[in-house]
Amino acid sequence: MNTLIWLPFLPLLGVFVPLLSARFSRTACAFLTATLPAFALYLVLSYAGEIFQGERFQAALPWIPSIGLELAFRLDGLALLFAILILGIGLLVILYARYYLSAQDSIGKFYAYLILFMFAMLGVVMSDNLIQLWFFWELTSISSFLLISFWGHKTDARKGARMALTVTGAGGLALLAGLLILGNTVGSFSLQTVLDSGDLIKASASYPVIVVLILLGAFTKSAQFPFHFWLPNAMAAPTPVSAYLHSATMVKAGIFLMARFYPALANTDLWFLIVSLTGLATFLMGAYIALFQHDLKGLLANSTISHLGLITLLLGMGTDLAAVAAVFHIINHATFKASLFMAAGIIDHESGSRDMRQLNGLWKYMPYTATLAMVASASMAGVPLMNGFLSKEMFFTETLHQASLGSLSWFIPVLATLGGVFAVAYSMRFIHDVFFNGEPINLPKTPHEPPRYMRVPVEILVALCLVVGIVPSLVVGDLLYSAASATLNTPAPTYSLAIWHGFNFPLLMSFIALIGGLLMYHFRSHLFKFQSQFPANDPKLVFEGVIQSLSSKAQRFIALTENGSLQRYIFLTLVLALIMTASSLMKLNATAGQRPELPVDALTITAAVLLCISALATVIWHRKRLIALLTLSVVGLIVSLAFAQFSAPDLALTQLSVEVVTVILLILALFFLPQKTLKESSPRRVVRDLSLASLIGGVVGTICYALMTRPLDTISTFFTENSKTGGGGTNVVNVILVDFRGFDTLGEITVLGIAALGIYKLIARMRLFMPSSNENGLAWSEDKNPLMLSIISQSLLPLALLVSAYIFLRGHNMPGGGFIAGLITSVAIIQQYVAHGVEWIKTRVKLDYQIMIGSGISIATLSGLGSWAFGHTFLSSWFDYFYLPFIGKFELASAMVFDLGVYLTVIGATMLILANLGQLTTSERPVQKDND
Amino acid sequence: MEGIYAFCVGLLTACGIFLALRGRTFSVVIGLTLLSYAVNLFLFASGRLKIDAAAVLGQSEQYSDPLPQALVLTAIVIGFAMTAFVVILAMRARADLGNDHVDGVLPTNETDTSHRSGGSH
Repeated sequence: MNTLIWLPFLPLLGVFVPLLSARFSRTACAFLTATLPAFALYLVLSYAGEIFQGERFQAALPWIPSIGLELAFRLDGLALLFAILILGIGLLVILYARYYLSAQDSIGKFYAYLILFMFAMLGVVMSDNLIQLWFFWELTSISSFLLISFWGHKTDARKGARMALTVTGAGGLALLAGLLILGNTVGSFSLQTVLDSGDLIKASASYPVIVVLILLGAFTKSAQFPFHFWLPNAMAAPTPVSAYLHSATMVKAGIFLMARFYPALANTDLWFLIVSLTGLATFLMGAYIALFQHDLKGLLANSTISHLGLITLLLGMGTDLAAVAAVFHIINHATFKASLFMAAGIIDHESGSRDMRQLNGLWKYMPYTATLAMVASASMAGVPLMNGFLSKEMFFTETLHQASLGSLSWFIPVLATLGGVFAVAYSMRFIHDVFFNGEPINLPKTPHEPPRYMRVPVEILVALCLVVGIVPSLVVGDLLYSAASATLNTPAPTYSLAIWHGFNFPLLMSFIALIGGLLMYHFRSHLFKFQSQFPANDPKLVFEGVIQSLSSKAQRFIALTENGSLQRYIFLTLVLALIMTASSLMKLNATAGQRPELPVDALTITAAVLLCISALATVIWHRKRLIALLTLSVVGLIVSLAFAQFSAPDLALTQLSVEVVTVILLILALFFLPQKTLKESSPRRVVRDLSLASLIGGVVGTICYALMTRPLDTISTFFTENSKTGGGGTNVVNVILVDFRGFDTLGEITVLGIAALGIYKLIARMRLFMPSSNENGLAWSEDKNPLMLSIISQSLLPLALLVSAYIFLRGHNMPGGGFIAGLITSVAIIQQYVAHGVEWIKTRVKLDYQIMIGSGISIATLSGLGSWAFGHTFLSSWFDYFYLPFIGKFELASAMVFDLGVYLTVIGATMLILANLGQLTTSERPVQKDND
Repeated sequence: MEGIYAFCVGLLTACGIFLALRGRTFSVVIGLTLLSYAVNLFLFASGRLKIDAAAVLGQSEQYSDPLPQALVLTAIVIGFAMTAFVVILAMRARADLGNDHVDGVLPTNETDTSHRSGGSH
């Protein structure tokens, strides 16, 4: 398989390495963690030679081609540049974190999160598909959340992480919308197709929407104004995370996105206005705020915002050279800012403070670190011989060639110079306040140089700052050219990377910035006094306030719509159901179909009238509960008669026996429920409910009528034809139950068993209201078991059991079967309970109904499994005919065993419910044990 | 005949729904039972009505559709189990909460329960 496909997944594999190796020493863990990213970096670099020649590598595995989903990766100049940054700085951060994290921190977890982020970021820059890019984009937000909240015991870490996730996650959603519209406009989600269709996109009507949505994603991720506030709050993360995510890589993802889609979206007035003005505002604001920070990392974070604004401004300008400068500044900023963060981390680690009001005069304690930090700061300020100077010089040049603001275009170079002044001032502050400016004040510990290898990553990055600054074209020439060409989607224009361009205007601007910055720092006390007049405006508080007001509004909305009344929910659900069914019924032209109706006879009409009267009586008397129960059972009886009339003898038998157990159940329940229902519905409410019920009844009746009067096209012919030959029975309904659809039946008896067991558990430990008298205040009758009933029921028992056995045995060929026989047996047993009382039965019949349910389901399952032994599929049945003297020909079928399982489960479930419920009503109720 | 049958199904549905919308558990149980009659009859009717046509081979000249019958047969039994479950749940609710209202709390306004706040427990 193509290397490109699995290359980005190397870090993902690496996520497990630190988790597994964390129990070894920290050094071993760090080394093992670094191996896979190092290998990935080696592979990426092996492509570099050809990419510098102008090659572009792409690889894809199709997944769902019809909707444009695929696994697609690419490696071109821009992706190469970012991959090197991600993997290279990632390796340095792994080394740095080894020394930075304390012994209490779980280094394995930290590395795992870090590598997960590395994977996500690599996926973003190497994706060759829009949807896939978005997926990795969101993954960076999530892994960043995990990293910021790594010290989850700290409130600000949790809040900062949540804020970062909210802002970048919301931007991610906007990005997804933008990418989907973009993909639909182009007709493809393949990145290269999109990049090649720039003219088509810019001409389309949805272009402004696409630009705004995609830029929302980019601006939130890259902390552009007004979404910049999350970045300083993300500084609660451990410093290696800040160095890696919040300076070198993740915040550059938004920049990457703008660079990536540069050929497709840039070079329009809209793009210029949004991107460059946002960039300019961010550039100035970040630089200004940075100057007033007392927290070392806060200064660096705001300076990062400012530099990200600078890059954004360059990308917005729309000239090819500005894009080159933007790419160059991405490299330079990553090197000097990551090293500065690491230096700040060292200072924090070795002195115990990040507050510049406490940190003073550290030069004496850590001269080596101070030197490194000074070089990096000089680069940040744009001092000559540093890489920061080169790209800032290019930036100044480009601002001079900007004419998009018409006669106001001179604003841009002036404001750029002003930003440069601030940059010099805060860089100066970083150096002078920390390393000179008197003696340290109240530091928790005496500062000293860090361990040797903690400095190595800083040394490497600072060396890069210098080397790039002195011999730029030798070090990054090819990389910059190929990355710029990939950004522009055409070969980059010619430019010169020399340090010296002669005395020109940009040099003058740099000079003004340097002198102005030094002066500004010198007179900083006035500025600080001026700034202190403003009330402290903590964006974190504002953000938390917004979130809280949102959640309280949401709660109010929920309280409005969901007031906890189940009646209302049912009502609303039914209204919706009515609307949906009624609206589709209106599309049906005629109510009656073509099928001729059956003739009406007097008996049926009588039964129907009786049914309607009983149903209405149930409604009218529903508050007199016992009477309602009686009328309800009349309805059930007529329903079973209806089944008998319309050729469903099995159903009639089942309905009849279920009717008996249901009524017994409800009567038992009535004992524990109030005997009467109070009248509490208002007339308006009754009318409302009646209207809804009538409408739904009308709709259901109409559907039923329309259904019955239309010809039937059924699959049942198969069952009728194969019932005898395939299932060995002539009662097709029973053969369907135990054979054709046996698996369904197995599921259903399992549900039955579960319901019974659930009821059993609900009954146990129930605190009951035992009414001492009936509703009229009369005491209950003392004589419990009428003698006549006991004797008759006792003599009926064998007969009833015989009937149920007969019904069971003939079930396969005649109406009957396990369900019906089980119900009949249950009724026979219940009759004994009713006649003799629970205690009497208990001493005579030792039946454990739970075991009965279990064995019933097991028998049914085993009879199905048995067919495996003969090489058939689950639940295939077998049958044959035998002859015995006196009895004659009879049939044995494996389906009968299955039916036995059904039979046992039905008895067990019914009896478990009723016997336990009935047991509660007896005064000799045994004391509930705690364990049942 | 089909018209009468459909009317009965519709009426049972309406009665069932009206009772299911009541506030006390027993009325709801009765309503659900009526509703399940209606549903069973409805499903059964999807095999069309036939007289003297039991789906037993060799017993009649034409056969009714056995498939809806098989479905309804299990539905009746499961329906019983579910009714039993709801009944016991209602009893348990009354035992634990002290009243038999579906929301677990008695309505504050005795005449109209639709506009009250508070939740079930």
